[in-house]
Amino acid sequence: MPIKRLFIANRGEIAVRIVKAAKELGITTIQAHSDADKDMLAVRMADEAVTIGPAAAKDSYLNVDRVVEAAKASGADAVHPGYGFLAENAGFAKAVTEAGMIFVGPAASTIERMGDKVAARQAAEAAGVPVVPGSKGRVETVDEAALIAGAVGYPMMIKASAGGGGRGIRIANSEDELRELAPMAQAEANAAFGDGGLYLERAIKSPRHIEVQIVGDGTRAVHFYERECSLQRRRQKVWEEAGADCLDEATRDELCRTAVALAEAVHYRGAGTLEYLYDPGTNEFYFIEMNTRIQVEHPVTEMVTGFDLVKEMIRVCGGEPLSVSQDQIKRSGHAIEVRLNAEDPFMQFLPFPGKVERLKLPEGDGIRVDHFMYEGYQIPPFYDSLIGKLIVHGRDRADAIAKMSRALNSLEIDGLKTTVPLHKALARDADVAADAFHTQWLEPWLDAGNLSSEQM
Amino acid sequence: MSQVLSPLPGTFYVKPSPEAKPYKAKGDVVAVGDVIGLVEVMKTFIEVKSEKAGTFREYVADDACPVSAGQPVASLEF
Repeated sequence: MPIKRLFIANRGEIAVRIVKAAKELGITTIQAHSDADKDMLAVRMADEAVTIGPAAAKDSYLNVDRVVEAAKASGADAVHPGYGFLAENAGFAKAVTEAGMIFVGPAASTIERMGDKVAARQAAEAAGVPVVPGSKGRVETVDEAALIAGAVGYPMMIKASAGGGGRGIRIANSEDELRELAPMAQAEANAAFGDGGLYLERAIKSPRHIEVQIVGDGTRAVHFYERECSLQRRRQKVWEEAGADCLDEATRDELCRTAVALAEAVHYRGAGTLEYLYDPGTNEFYFIEMNTRIQVEHPVTEMVTGFDLVKEMIRVCGGEPLSVSQDQIKRSGHAIEVRLNAEDPFMQFLPFPGKVERLKLPEGDGIRVDHFMYEGYQIPPFYDSLIGKLIVHGRDRADAIAKMSRALNSLEIDGLKTTVPLHKALARDADVAADAFHTQWLEPWLDAGNLSSEQM
Repeated sequence: MSQVLSPLPGTFYVKPSPEAKPYKAKGDVVAVGDVIGLVEVMKTFIEVKSEKAGTFREYVADDACPVSAGQPVASLEF
């Protein structure tokens, strides 16, 4: 292992996860922390700890110069960025490399390319990965729009070519509707942006969010199958599964095969995730973006495949070839992860950064808790509300849901409000049991009052 | 004199955005429910409202600095 001293430029549960993986590889760990994070679990577990600045993330975990300087001064030969903060910041990856250290992630140029929506879409198309079908560029006239829509298929989303956000978006279900709506969208785009150019894209109603885990060594890449992450609130994943039972074998194979093709086409190094929208109605999937880092929900993939993704990413970024070939990666059973957030689900998910008074974690075969709590720990209010993740592995999906229910019932975190009641309600919901949900399902379910304190 | 307390721990702000003016200045009339500042807690911004009516005197917590739950952030006079 060429990496001897690993600097961990992150906090919370992922810092704990990285410290554990690095120790198992015999690497000395150096944990970065802000003034507000002196007492965090990863600081206690790491071999060394270094202060990188005040509580505010912009002055500590997000400050490229400070982090690189601290890493260099600590004698680290590699930096692990975790997820969030600087993990997908190409400038940071470049600064780490230029300071003579290894960045545990892809090359800065890969982060840059895959972080740009248009460039990522082009790279995907070039590698044969399906993207949401639509106009190749801007559309000037209604006749041109009708021609493209006829070829691509309805329903069609009409967007302003200029600007962003939801301005001027219309959905046409037929050519008649398109001919009626396109001039309105054009007028609105003109008024808002001074540019009447339109952009057309197939509207995918009630899609599912499916993603593929890959790891590459810069030459070769392998996939570790897919995850299903459609249960989201405000675009934040709440409950994640491996695998996606809604896929048939042929679709799963094709999805994973194209993910590897794209990863190899961009000479990907490290752990990465390709995110797709899946239309269960047509059995079609479309690439939306790539995350060039380890993800929060990586444990479900580890549970069903038996591989340690964090160790593997450290090894390949240290210069070793992939330790596995595709045919050695098998999946068995079904895994589910729920995100434990310090939020009050009965009070519009208001953050609740309290002190952990008492902690009782579920134990048993196929149960894992990734977290950074201990009794007496005061959760700082300055960062993300994620305090841990409960992961279960069952024989099949129904068994995993039953195991999740039991694990949630034996989990006790006193002193905080957490999202545990939400997960308990989801674990006994009929639609969740039937795997009948999509990315637009959870918010209306909450609005309809399916989570109320009386049921608990 | 009365004090406005932060309802939650976090980072206190006296203005809605870095370019904006502070919510209140010395001598401003404060009604019950008026927004005095913001507390950023776990990436969520919560409005700090006055529970009393009066005249604004001063901020007693600094802008963009950590506050604890129940800590005074501003003072009013009657």
